Formats: sequence, C-alpha cells, structure tokens
Amino acid sequence: MPRTSHSRPNPNPLVFLGPYLIITVAFFLYPFISALILAFQQTFGPTSKIWVGISNFTYILTDPMFYRALKNTTIFAFFSIFLQLPLSLGLAILLSSSASKAKGWFRLLIFSPQLVGQIFVGILFSVLFVPRYGLVNRFIEALISWGLEEQWLQDPKLVMPAIVLISLWMYVGFNMIYFLAALHNVDESLKEAAAIDGANRWQIFRNVTLPAIKPITTFVVIMSTIGSFQLFELPYNLFANQNFGPDYSGLTIVGYLYVKAFQNGDIGMGAAVGWILTLIIMTISLIQVRVSGTARKDN
Amino acid sequence: MEISHLHITLLLFFAIFVGLKLSLPRNSKIPEIYLRFVILSGSSAIVLTPFVWLLCAAFKSNEALFQFLFLPSPTEISNQTINLGNFVRLFSDARETVHGKVYFIEYIFNSIFLATATTIAQLLFCSMGGYALAKLEFRGKRLLMFFMLGTMMLPTMILLAPMYEMMVRIGWIDTYWALIVPGAANAFGMFLFRQAITGVPNDLIEAGRLDGCTEFSIYWNLVMPLVRPMSGAFCLICFLASWNNFLGPQIFIQSTEKLTLPVVLSQYVGVYSVQYGVFLAGTLIAIIPPAILFFALQKEFIVGLTSGAVK
Repeated sequence: MPRTSHSRPNPNPLVFLGPYLIITVAFFLYPFISALILAFQQTFGPTSKIWVGISNFTYILTDPMFYRALKNTTIFAFFSIFLQLPLSLGLAILLSSSASKAKGWFRLLIFSPQLVGQIFVGILFSVLFVPRYGLVNRFIEALISWGLEEQWLQDPKLVMPAIVLISLWMYVGFNMIYFLAALHNVDESLKEAAAIDGANRWQIFRNVTLPAIKPITTFVVIMSTIGSFQLFELPYNLFANQNFGPDYSGLTIVGYLYVKAFQNGDIGMGAAVGWILTLIIMTISLIQVRVSGTARKDN
Repeated sequence: MEISHLHITLLLFFAIFVGLKLSLPRNSKIPEIYLRFVILSGSSAIVLTPFVWLLCAAFKSNEALFQFLFLPSPTEISNQTINLGNFVRLFSDARETVHGKVYFIEYIFNSIFLATATTIAQLLFCSMGGYALAKLEFRGKRLLMFFMLGTMMLPTMILLAPMYEMMVRIGWIDTYWALIVPGAANAFGMFLFRQAITGVPNDLIEAGRLDGCTEFSIYWNLVMPLVRPMSGAFCLICFLASWNNFLGPQIFIQSTEKLTLPVVLSQYVGVYSVQYGVFLAGTLIAIIPPAILFFALQKEFIVGLTSGAVK
C-alpha cells in the first residue's frame, strides 16, 4: 500500500469491521460454543437444564422418527441435485442460445417463484393439491388421465413427491440464473473452433461447455445440498392443520429439530440435532468437493 | 383416454414442429428455434399459472372457488361469484389480545417496518465491512476472509436452539432486536460489497485522503455513490429475506400484535380452514410488495445474486 499523507495514521479498519466483529462474536461464536455444551444437556424450557452426557445423541440415533426425517431429507436432496439441477441447466442452455425477444421475460418468469417465501408457497400449494378440484390434480389429469382424486397431501406415499414437485416449481429458475451466468462466460471462439473441427453438438457440450461451467456447477451443487438439508418451512406450512403431513410423512431434519426444541421444549436436544445435521452436511460437501476435484484432474 | 384441450394443443405443437422439420432443408435451424420457443414459453406458463390462479382465487367467493378453475365465464360473473368479500373479511376480522384488537393491516405494517429496519442495518454494516475488506490493509485480513467463508458454509440451523436460549437470557424474546441484530452484519453481504468496492479506483480514495477527508466520509461520500447498483440489489435481497422470514418470527415473537405476515398467514390457514379465499387473499397481498420491488430492480437483482459466484 502506498504511503499516504505525512501526518495521517493508517486508517483504522476496526471502525469499519467493528459491527461485524461484535455481532459475530455475540451472535455466532457464542451460540456456536453454547451449542456444543447444550447438546450434552437436557433442558425443560429455556432456563432449567441438567447434564445428560451423550444421551441426547443416543436417543436421536435410535429414534425411528429421526430416521424418517433423515430419509425424507435425503430423498429431497437427491431430487434437488439429480432432477432439479439438470432441468435448470437445460433451461439455461435453451435460454442462452435463444435469440428471441421474449428471452428476458422467460428468464424473469421462470425465476419469479424464488421471490415468494416457502411459507407462502406452502399455503398456495396446500389448496392447489386439493383432490378433484385442485389445479395440480386437474392439470395432471388432463395430461395423463391420472390423479384427479389423488390425495397428495393426505396420502403418506405422495407427500414427498408433492414436496419435490413444488420445489421444482420454486427453485428451477433460481439455479438456472447461476447456470446462465456461467454459460455467459464460456468462450464462444472455443465452441466455434470445435465446430469447425467437426465436433457435434453433444461433443462440444461435453468437452467445451461442461468443463467451462464446472466451477459454478460445483458451487450450485454444494449450495443446493446445504439448502436441501435445511428444508423446513415448506413441509411445515403445506399441510393445513397438521404440520409435516399425516403421520409426519413430510418431516425433515430441521422439522425434527423444531419439534424437539420448540414444540417439546428441549433446547438441548435441538442443539444435538443441529450438530448431527451439521456433520451430515459437512461430510457430503467435502465428498462433493473431493469428487469434483478428482474429476477435474481427469480432464 | 379422454382427449382434452391440453392434448390437442400439445399435438398441434408437435405437428407444427414435425411439419417444419420435414418441409425445410436439412440442417435448417428453424424447427429448433420453434421447439426452443415452445419449451421456454411452456415452462414460463407452468411457472406463472399458480400465480394467475391465486390472483383469480382471491376475488372468488367461497362457493365459486372450485366451481371455476380460474375465472367464471363472462355470463356467470356476478356479485355472487366475483367480489371483494375475502378482502373485506381479511381486513375487518380482528383478533382480541390483551392490548386490544389487532387487525390484519397491522401485520402488514409490522412486516414493512421489520424488513425496512433489517435492510437499513444490513446495508450500512455490510457495506462498511466490504469497504474495509476491499480498500484497507490490515493484519489477519486473509484469515478473517477465510473465517467468513467458513461461517457461510455452516448450516444456520445449528444456531437455532442456542440462539433461542441466548435471546431468553438477554431478554430479547418478543422484541424485533432478536430478528434485526444477529444478521445485521453478515459474511454474504460483506463479500458482495467487497466485490463491488474493489472496482472503485484507488486514486479516488487517495485523492480523498490527501484532501483531508475522514476515512468514514471517503467511504460514505465517495465510494457508496459509486456502488449504488449493487446497493440496490443488496437491499432487495435483504428486504425479501426479511419479508419471507417465517422461522425467526415464529420462534422469537410471541405477542399477537407484533407478528409478521408469514406467521399470521400460517396461523390463518388453521383459523379459516374451510374458507380458503380469505387466507389466499392474504397470501396475494403478501407477495405483491416483493413482486413490485423485483420488477423495479430485476436487472440489478440478478447481477447481485450471481456476482458472488462468478468472478
């Protein structure tokens, strides 16, 4: 850094970073550390607690309800990555190669559900999935002559498919925006050179486009995983008078955390669930980073 | 299998596509352009339809809601089918609390107040932090940025339980402080502003220092006006996040008169369990302000969202 004027001391960064540092210490580091302690305590309401060792963890890890939540969340994350992201990428490719005047409108419309909070989407779709009369039921009936009377939100078998369908509607456009930005940065001359060399479109996509959008794909995959594993508001609000669906068929890990910590009032148990969730997310993210790293070496 | 309008439309598109493909010379791109257009407009239509349905539903009477898929045919439109009944009910119904009656309009004001306060706090603190990261040299800067990145990767839900316990202890339960302060200076916003402020020429800042401006006035009067597009995008992101925040108010706010729209509407689903129209009208109202803001700022918004990810 060049020396500035003679009498001025170096500007003090603490003036600008002070708010962040204070808030981070008070509302991130402190709760983070207290989560470590709380996880080994049983609390009755927020004030009275007793030390229980690892029994919170042994309780959770033997609780069938936790495994139901884990299974549902894993299903959701799986479809977010292997169904929703390819769709997002497909739409982004179509949009980026489109020369239509309506391009901006398409982008805007497909993105728009992202503006609406999961809570409002949950309320809206709780009515759209009404048997016989709901928009979704009628649409699917018109398309494949099935499903007019299906009880999407009352039939435990259909609850997770309904949640996946809604999340497609909500998030396809969101991830599409990231892919669009990545595709925008792909070197056009590379593609042209490949085309002149006789590469077909699939080869160009496989060997030019895909490597070029790799960093952002890794980013989007990791962010979707982290987001999917924290799904809560949608299944909480989708089922009019019963949270998380009949027989907890739409329960997620954060839903389980909410039930334990805030409905049953055991904050310590909630902290323990939080730690398990964090470990799961960290493990999966690390595997994803590792996989994308080795794949990069192969190329 | 019964043939519906939808099938006929799909068949028609398919026929047009095949026709074009056959009638045009090989390698012609025209059918592809049409196919692309059909897929994109079809996707847009699917995304838009629930919103259109909601818009219609909010004005339909309870009997008409499921009788007509969207709006009744013109001959059947009357006061019986299309009216403002849902909105009248929504705004005139009051909930009794110890502090008197609370009307729906108050929740709207609560939401606006909370989202505005959150946005102002985040805009100020995140841009200050971003300025320090972009233009000031200090020891441990790399370490700090590494730490910030780490906090972004951590799932926020882990803090939920201990945060609640902490808020009880410091007496912030049932106050808006619990919702405004913890997120007021966050790593995401600071990186966003760092990105934008790095582009501001150093010469300008040096000139300001030579002229004897305080560091704060350089940041406030010289730098901030230059990153206004980013500020706009950031404000929109903050406003939306606060406006749509359900879990925070659900956990930290207890008094009925302090609730925000997401929590209240979530409760109304139970209160008006058979009168879908009332809470659908409320939902429509809740998604209008974000929609207006988004259409006004959409270009900046998308730039702001992706600038952190694309270098």
